[in-house]
Amino acid sequence: MSKQIQVSGLHAYYGSHKAIEDVSMTIEPRSITAFIGPSGCGKSTFLRTLNRMHEVIPGARVEGKVLLDGEDLYAPSVEPVSVRRSIGMVFQRPNPFPTMSIYENVAAGLRLNGRVSKSELDGVVEESLKGANLWNEVKDRLNKPGAGLSGGQQQRLCIARAIAVRPQVLLMDEPCSALDPISTLAIEDLMAKLKDEYTIVIVTHNMQQAARVSDRTAFFNLAGQGEPGKVIEMDETSRMFTNPSQKATEDYITGRFG
Amino acid sequence: MTTIQHISTSRRIKDRVVQGLVYLAFALAVVPLVSVLWLVISNGLARFDLEFLTHSMRNIGARDAGGGAYHAIVGTLEQVLLASLISVPIGLLTAIYLVEYGRGGRLSRAISFFVDVMTGVPSVVSGLFILAFWILFLGMPFSGFAGALALSILMMPTVVRSAEEMLRLVPNDLREASYALGVSKWRTIMKVVLPTAFTGIVTGVMLAVARVAGETAPLLLTVFFTDSINNDPFSGPQMGLPLFVFDQAGRPNDTAIDRAWTGALTLILIVMLLNLVARLIAWWRAPARGR
Amino acid sequence: MTTNVRTREGGPATGRSASRRSRGEVPFRYLSTGAGIVLLGIMAAIAVFLISEAVPALQANNGNFLTELIWDPNGGEVFGIAALAFGTVLSSALALVIATPIAVGVALFISHYAPRRLAGPLGYLIDLLAAVPSVVYGLWGVAFLVPLLKEPSVWLNEHLGWFPLFAGEGAIGGKTMLAGGIVLAIMILPIIAAISREVFLQAPKMNEEAALALGATRWEMIRMAVLPFGRPGVISAAMLGLGRAMGETIAVALIFPATFDITFEILTPHANSIAANIANGFGEATPIGRGALIASGLVLFIITLLVNTAARAIINRRKEYARAGA
Repeated sequence: MSKQIQVSGLHAYYGSHKAIEDVSMTIEPRSITAFIGPSGCGKSTFLRTLNRMHEVIPGARVEGKVLLDGEDLYAPSVEPVSVRRSIGMVFQRPNPFPTMSIYENVAAGLRLNGRVSKSELDGVVEESLKGANLWNEVKDRLNKPGAGLSGGQQQRLCIARAIAVRPQVLLMDEPCSALDPISTLAIEDLMAKLKDEYTIVIVTHNMQQAARVSDRTAFFNLAGQGEPGKVIEMDETSRMFTNPSQKATEDYITGRFG
Repeated sequence: MTTIQHISTSRRIKDRVVQGLVYLAFALAVVPLVSVLWLVISNGLARFDLEFLTHSMRNIGARDAGGGAYHAIVGTLEQVLLASLISVPIGLLTAIYLVEYGRGGRLSRAISFFVDVMTGVPSVVSGLFILAFWILFLGMPFSGFAGALALSILMMPTVVRSAEEMLRLVPNDLREASYALGVSKWRTIMKVVLPTAFTGIVTGVMLAVARVAGETAPLLLTVFFTDSINNDPFSGPQMGLPLFVFDQAGRPNDTAIDRAWTGALTLILIVMLLNLVARLIAWWRAPARGR
Repeated sequence: MTTNVRTREGGPATGRSASRRSRGEVPFRYLSTGAGIVLLGIMAAIAVFLISEAVPALQANNGNFLTELIWDPNGGEVFGIAALAFGTVLSSALALVIATPIAVGVALFISHYAPRRLAGPLGYLIDLLAAVPSVVYGLWGVAFLVPLLKEPSVWLNEHLGWFPLFAGEGAIGGKTMLAGGIVLAIMILPIIAAISREVFLQAPKMNEEAALALGATRWEMIRMAVLPFGRPGVISAAMLGLGRAMGETIAVALIFPATFDITFEILTPHANSIAANIANGFGEATPIGRGALIASGLVLFIITLLVNTAARAIINRRKEYARAGA
């Protein structure tokens, strides 16, 4: 179910402000691709163009092409709703639905697509929670509110919720930035496991995290305040962190700026 | 099979139907507004003339045309002004107490609670209270001032709440900067806090005034009716514009109904004008608050 | 109304330094505290004087105040609140049933459907509904709505007469409970819409995004992330609206025909309420009559107090909940 994403000539705007300019890249299936770069360089914005969440913000728009296994996500006949069904997303802050139980949170996406039998739903919930390494911690309190879990557990719940609908790609926008180191480790372990099945894209501020978990890394940067963000370099993670071809990448990775 | 599955037709239809209902709800809410304004304007213009604005109903027979609402307009202006003179100082000082001195203590919580309760007091009950207290218990006459007392009870909670909100918006840094200069607390409030919140407070007061200017029930029970001009709000029955409309609307002949519509038009113009000025002040001030 | 309030910390304790305190400090502090206490005093006085002026009339009453239907305090000295209280409850309930769905729709329209540029002005348009004085709604109701409802009322009565609310014989239409209920609905719609709009706008963006990212349509997103969050706010808004409708006087005083009976037939000209009765009965009330009206006002005060307090309690619970969830 894992798919390849090809982006070509993509520009993203907030109103008249251009947030990212002319990004082209290929994201390989069954791998983890990390986006790194200083704050405000548009990496999160770019991530959100991959499942058409960018346009949720009033005034925001996108130009260019995003192909999911050859099919353009921005073709006129494609609805954003169905794109998001195929490309799941995990956000910076854990955001389980506060009024729903753990079970309902995981089942939320599935329930959108008409009636699902209770036994089938039970199966998917269990499988997704197991997939998110959360099952053992919550199996006895599936009907308790999801907001009662710890931050790290909530984030894994959100991952379970995202994979419950069987997406083809999983986008993660700084999924560990609000978490403590132990929870972060749990999420990283989970990512390593999930990449067997999903195409994973992760935005991170944490260089070590990018180096630890990702197969390929893209470095985003912007020329200055108010300028659009661009991809400076994209390569195998091992090469990016040992022998980048661009000076800016090296400066950023070695901590000389950003 | 394509990569991206389309969403089911039933989901799409449901989404569209709800969207239609939401738009319909908005349209339904606007219809009465348009209808009311249209009828008030079209029916009210018939008698919206100089005579209406400059004459009272004195010596106008039950079925006669002519006459006007001058006495009622004067009454309303005086009553609303008096009500503001009573409620604004009390309301503003209460807000200052709640924000600057109360600090969530027991008294301030009690006051805050009862301000909420007061917001919910039906206007007719405030009229009954002034009737019971001022007129029946103290034996004072029906007068414009009694009406103003009833209106001020309705105004107070609105003034407190809006002033409180504005005072809380004043950045604490400003207060601290003033304290750091050795300025005492009450002078800080007078010289720094109040001027900063001033336009916001004025907006709130104007909206409160606009609200009570259209109140009829409290006046009905406190100022009584009169067809004559009474410029003195402290003695004798006085008229009020809302009361004029109520009175004329209840009379079973067309000339009276015409006067009621014109009275309604005048009243709406006054209320809308107050509203508009309040909004303009708020709008003009908004950028300063960094919104 | 939703602007974030900065919590106030610091500021000098008033007793910190006597030498720094200028001469106005103490009087000013007492003045502002006094104003707050005046406010408390007014609330207490309302209760005290309504009771004290009602008691003589209640003592002179030859009927049972709570169960008697008739209101004849001026000659017969027999009066009861039953029919009036029933009318107050029925007319406000009717208003609530009509206004709440529309108000929620309006709130959703402004918070989640209207183009952002238009949302502000359109919201203001709805607020304008609240700025129209109630006497104007009464005039509009009598002169426009009552004749307008005549035919639909007859139709409803003929075809759906088996439904208790639409039942009735003889005169159908005219100054009915339905007309009053609709006018009240229009009057309370803005407040319900305004509060609902605020809570819908406060629904956490991150939950809305979570729903959208799962592939929810706009409506599904609203059902998952906005409505559950806003439900307590909408309930309390509706209750505040209910309190408003119960106390509303002049519009219904012009519309209701001042009958004194208990009937669910909203299409027949049988309607009255506590507030309408006060406005209509005051002019020719004797001292006993005035006392009786004050007694009825006391009942109205207590009912609206209960409804409003319940509404506030729900709002405050929601605030705590929202803070805990933040």
